Amino acid sequence: MANKTKQEWHDTTLAPALKRAAERQDKFETSSGAEIDTVYTSEDLPEFDHVRDLGYPGEYPFTRGVQPNMYRGRIWTIRQYAGFGTAEETNQRYRYLLEQGQTGLSIAFDLPTQIGYDSDHPLARGEVGKVGVAIDSLRDMEILFQDIPLDKVSTSMTINATAPILLAMYIVLGKRQRVESTELNGTTQNDILKEYIARGTHIFPPRPSMRLATDIFAYCAKHVPRWNTISISGYHIREAGSTAAQEIGFTLADGIAYVQAAIDAGLDVDTFAPRLSFFFNSHINFLEEIAKFRAARRLWAKVMRERFEAKDSRSWMLRFHTQTAGCSLTAQQPHNNIVRTALEALAATLGGTQSLHTNSFDEAYAPPSEEAVTIAVRTQQILGYESDIAHVVDPLGGSYYIEHLTDSLEKEAAEYISKIDSIGGAVAAIEQGYQQREIQDSSYRYQKEIESGKRTVVGVNRFVSPYPKIVGLLRVKPEVEKRQRERTAQVRKDRDNAKAKQALKRLEDVARSKDNTMPAFLECVDAYATEGEICDVLRKVFGTQKEFLVF
Amino acid sequence: MSKGRIRVLLAKPGLDGHDRGAKVVARALRDAGMEVIYTGIRQTPEMIVEAAIQEDVDVIGLSILSGAHLELFAPIIQGLKKKGREDVLVIAGGIIPEDDVPALQQTGVKAIFGPGTSTGDIIKFIQNEMTQRSTR
Repeated sequence: MANKTKQEWHDTTLAPALKRAAERQDKFETSSGAEIDTVYTSEDLPEFDHVRDLGYPGEYPFTRGVQPNMYRGRIWTIRQYAGFGTAEETNQRYRYLLEQGQTGLSIAFDLPTQIGYDSDHPLARGEVGKVGVAIDSLRDMEILFQDIPLDKVSTSMTINATAPILLAMYIVLGKRQRVESTELNGTTQNDILKEYIARGTHIFPPRPSMRLATDIFAYCAKHVPRWNTISISGYHIREAGSTAAQEIGFTLADGIAYVQAAIDAGLDVDTFAPRLSFFFNSHINFLEEIAKFRAARRLWAKVMRERFEAKDSRSWMLRFHTQTAGCSLTAQQPHNNIVRTALEALAATLGGTQSLHTNSFDEAYAPPSEEAVTIAVRTQQILGYESDIAHVVDPLGGSYYIEHLTDSLEKEAAEYISKIDSIGGAVAAIEQGYQQREIQDSSYRYQKEIESGKRTVVGVNRFVSPYPKIVGLLRVKPEVEKRQRERTAQVRKDRDNAKAKQALKRLEDVARSKDNTMPAFLECVDAYATEGEICDVLRKVFGTQKEFLVF
Repeated sequence: MSKGRIRVLLAKPGLDGHDRGAKVVARALRDAGMEVIYTGIRQTPEMIVEAAIQEDVDVIGLSILSGAHLELFAPIIQGLKKKGREDVLVIAGGIIPEDDVPALQQTGVKAIFGPGTSTGDIIKFIQNEMTQRSTR
């Protein structure tokens, strides 16, 4: 091979072989449709500079990982998103997961909780406890964390429009357990922009929503220093159908909008940026996903250092949670999902994730059964404790293809960010439907590829065969809604009503002012004001926002 | 049926924001020559019935992934009946366990298209139903 160029190899060796037998496909492509070459060599990395582009783990630009020794200290946090029914049932599932060796909690809230309605609101009909646990007041949180000491766990909450309320409940619950707010560990998703783009649980218009988000940044910087104040999420953007490059481009553009909003609110970048965190999808394109995580890390480091001139190295680090791709699961031959999930989980760990949720094989039907979630947890334990992948940092670093793909994904994502900058930033682009339209085009193309057979989905459009029905699916019983309504009515009866009213009035005043809203939320939840009551106050002050519908 | 193009209302009852499927189906039906009205997310049964009547549609497609289908589909069918529009073809898609399908069909949902359905199958189903109805 000595002095041959890639072109010469192509002409002398590859071309004759292709003449004898054509390849499986006319073209091989990335998720964004970029063509993949047969093989990659140093010729594909003409400007590659090991020091500048990779560096060492734990050092700028963090391509190889945010910690110097990564999983050699401890493996990623095994964090399964879980919640259903009432607080009692979910508390049992949490204790089961902790017994199985899970290392962090992740609360799934039901939709009424996410959208600011109590369980007895007419719009909550049929939704109580379905996709997550119903939390109406501090009373529910007390039950949810029964016998789980808050100084011993870290808790992630998938909560956005109502994030300050749930965070306030967690802080007050800590106080009840005699745990100081400075000892609390966890994350509030608190990423409203991707709700407008892809997930749909927004309540208020963008401007007051951005204020609530940055109020959390400012409050936690002082009082809850170990809290991850936001989890800027590409996960749902990808689930909605984006490409890998769009996932990082749109997510980092959202990140830029939050950083700018906090700076505009008078915060110094290095006081809040170290507590920003991210959340990505791990899809079925194994190699592309590994490169995606590395590209996102390098691009964010540059954004924070160059664009925002952050000085603290922790402000440059993109720390992230990963969930395997829900949209890659199939209802057909559901046990195949175990393999898909393992492959996606492997990509996340080779990409250097800080925590991981592995989907359960039955999730194309219902929230996971105990049997299914146990396999999902064991999958991570096999990767982390049984195989050798956690023994070394960034084992694929230096692979010609992975480095080439990391470069090209970073470039593509940076182009999306420039485009969004030129529109006037993430909020303006959302209002015009830019990201939504881009995602819809990608998801339609993806669907067409499946239907034309260009993209294989095993058990769906190829290798189709009969499969047994899954038994033991989790069902949330209709009594749950009734029980939850009754409890919330009882809370309203038992509490000091004057105190609750007074706290709600103070919240209204603060919401109308420019002051930080967090202390008023703490007072409201402490007085057992319900989430719906609190959101009614905010809806009155801020108004509501309809979906930025593009169709 | 003497009308030309098939008119379809695609709606998302319930509170979940997963609209990928609804939007993909909307586009596929439109590409197949149907007239498609998409309501967007968070529609109540009442809003959906109202929109279907206002838009004088032949078909309603319901997309839901929140698990509230048993509670929310029945009032839609009842609402249509009340307005004398039980002729409207109602179909659905999303995350719906197989065990719930018979109950939903009994209420009057004609077909449930689960994950992995080809949009071509949905198009064919609607076209067949419409042809049968016009020749009845």
